[in-house]
Amino acid sequence: MNKHTLSVLVENKPSVLARVSGLFSRRGFNIDSLAVGETENPDVSRITIVVNADSSPLEQVTKQLNKLVNVLKIVELDPQQSVQRELLLVKVRADRAQRSQVLETVELFRARVIDVAPDTLTIEATGNPDKLDALLRDLEPYGIKEMVQSGLVAIGRGSRSITTGPALRAA
Amino acid sequence: MTRPTPETLAHRANPATVAAAANPAPAVVAPVPTTGAGALVRSLEALGVEVAFGIPGGTILPAYDPLFDSKVRHILVRHEQGAGHAATGYAQATGKVGVCIATSGPGATNLVTAIADAYMDSVPIVAITGQVSRPAIGTDAFQEADIQGITLPITKHNFLVQTPEELPRVLAEAFHLAATGRPGPVLVDIPKDVQQAQTTFSWPPVLDLPGYRPTLHPHGKQIREAARLIAGARRPVLYVGGGVLKAGATDGLRKLAETTGIPVVTTLMALGAFPDSHPQHLGMPGMHGTVPAVYALQKSDLLITLGARFDDRVTGQLASFAPDAKVVHADIDPAEIGKNRHADVPIVGDARHVIDELIAAVSASAEGAGQYEAWWATLNELRERYPLGYEEPTDGSLAPQYVIERIGELVGPDAIYCAGVGQHQMWASQFIKYEKPGTWLNSGGAGTMGYAVPAAMGAKVGRPDTAVWAIDGDGCFQMTNQELATCALEGIPVKIAVINNGNLGMVRQWQTLFYEGRYSNTELGTHKHRIPDFVKLAEALGCVGLRCESKADVDKIIKQAMEINDAPVVIDFTVGKDAMVWPMVAAGTSNDEIMFARDVRPEFEEDDL
Repeated sequence: MNKHTLSVLVENKPSVLARVSGLFSRRGFNIDSLAVGETENPDVSRITIVVNADSSPLEQVTKQLNKLVNVLKIVELDPQQSVQRELLLVKVRADRAQRSQVLETVELFRARVIDVAPDTLTIEATGNPDKLDALLRDLEPYGIKEMVQSGLVAIGRGSRSITTGPALRAA
Repeated sequence: MTRPTPETLAHRANPATVAAAANPAPAVVAPVPTTGAGALVRSLEALGVEVAFGIPGGTILPAYDPLFDSKVRHILVRHEQGAGHAATGYAQATGKVGVCIATSGPGATNLVTAIADAYMDSVPIVAITGQVSRPAIGTDAFQEADIQGITLPITKHNFLVQTPEELPRVLAEAFHLAATGRPGPVLVDIPKDVQQAQTTFSWPPVLDLPGYRPTLHPHGKQIREAARLIAGARRPVLYVGGGVLKAGATDGLRKLAETTGIPVVTTLMALGAFPDSHPQHLGMPGMHGTVPAVYALQKSDLLITLGARFDDRVTGQLASFAPDAKVVHADIDPAEIGKNRHADVPIVGDARHVIDELIAAVSASAEGAGQYEAWWATLNELRERYPLGYEEPTDGSLAPQYVIERIGELVGPDAIYCAGVGQHQMWASQFIKYEKPGTWLNSGGAGTMGYAVPAAMGAKVGRPDTAVWAIDGDGCFQMTNQELATCALEGIPVKIAVINNGNLGMVRQWQTLFYEGRYSNTELGTHKHRIPDFVKLAEALGCVGLRCESKADVDKIIKQAMEINDAPVVIDFTVGKDAMVWPMVAAGTSNDEIMFARDVRPEFEEDDL
């Protein structure tokens, strides 16, 4: 199974997320991650979906998504030609004895400490999924008390933009 | 009629558009003050709606007040499912958008089966539902149901109207979405306070559907590639689905078939798209298709698929379906192409344009038409060896196939035939000869028992001068016969032939074949106890009730029914319970395993090919 990153531009209207996510469960497609937010155009939202699919079902996913009336445009982002980021917040056990070692790891991954308590550090990190996995692996031995991760967001490299074009002028 | 603006009308000339052209373009209306309900009804009028089927209730009451004075005819049905199927029957018979109306909660949920049915068969209907007032939404208020959420997976699109100002635009969008591209049901849910609020109405609205751009014209390169494959094929088949009827492409289909000399099969949804009497017609493929039609697909080297979708009832076991065939697949819905079967030449477009361009490409092709003599020789031999037929029952009972065959013969090819779901549906598809588009209505994709009576009602409303015969089963008939009261009171003289075998016949057939004759819960008692007595039931519903129990009376009683045109007629044809539908490809098995009759497998001579 291959992972694919789809950027789906949709009308910023109620029920659109339900239409998109419902379609995935209904048609038996698996979502690895989903992130949604407004774009530079307030009438347009961008949903980034990571799907686990072989190429033929992926074509079905794309075609079925395209049939949704509120979907404006779908672009698959090539991992080599795009920047992909997730946000991770993690609360790590770090008493006085461990603290400096944890901070060293934070430094190494260019993460940030965003909250400090006597026995824990809360760390913020962004990066591609591989980097965040590596960070978590390094933090694991200290004890992860809680973590939360965002869906992946991605944008193409270079000056071209997917949010311009005839499909979107009308929106 | 039901197209919002001239530019959206320009899309296609199917029967709907022909009808639309007969009506004057909707007048321009300068802003006038009214209520949301007033804007709703005026929008329906401006969209050319002639008739709506529905039942009022608490949250849709504001809309029923202006509807009282409207030129839109409202037909008060007895159950909302009946309204939904009637809208479907109306749409299928006329090509226009069918309209049904229900109140919130149970009224709306009663529409669900009919909406799902229309979705599966791509029928353009608009369902209008009342919703609880905006402040009450989400509070589990009285008669509240999230009908937008419930119908998300079974509508082409749906709307929850937020303000009275957007009503004209939303309705115009709903009708546009329902009728264009791949047609389908659209639901518009309107909170009661939106209907009551003051607003202004003006017409026409501007559609705001930036993400909706159906592709109508096929790609020239793909058409040329299809023509090239056609010229090189030795065993091609035109595999024709309901999309050809919806696109109004039947004249083109005939020309394409005759230009190329290629055999034609029409699916259950496409009966009437190509004349049954045409020498190139092999019949219907699929689970209960003809042996030549099933064989032709199976042994084909090129399927020219037009507006069909490789449904499991056609393909049988997908992996072994038409193993040697290359596939040209034309459909207006890109998601159908390659969904079940890989397409070597995918063509996205309206079937009418696709067929017209294919004719041009085939005619212009330097390679000329292919050589199909050997193919036809094989198929003709199969046609002779394995014609559709049935055995006379040995127990002296009336053969259901005979009844249906006689109805087709006596009533003729100009009538509309509307079937329920089950054995009687399959026999109606096999033993009535369809010569014209729009003469066969049935629930193909969803297989909705209870479809026939209300759909026949809708069809008769849409085409009052055409005879409309429902071929129903005793099981199906008991699901929706309450609409006969509507027919009797509203002057809708449909004919209902109940093929009464006392059982859920198709299920019983499967129990005979696959469950060792253990008839679990398929005996309905309509024979044994005559409960209900369909003649008395018909009379109680304001219809004429007739009964036919012997072969000798069949013609006489059909003719008697044909002469009654001031009331609906129900005929209880009491038929034998052991008749089975043949040929048959058992579910999940390969089309190669087709059985011509019980324990009779056709012999195919592989060497011929």
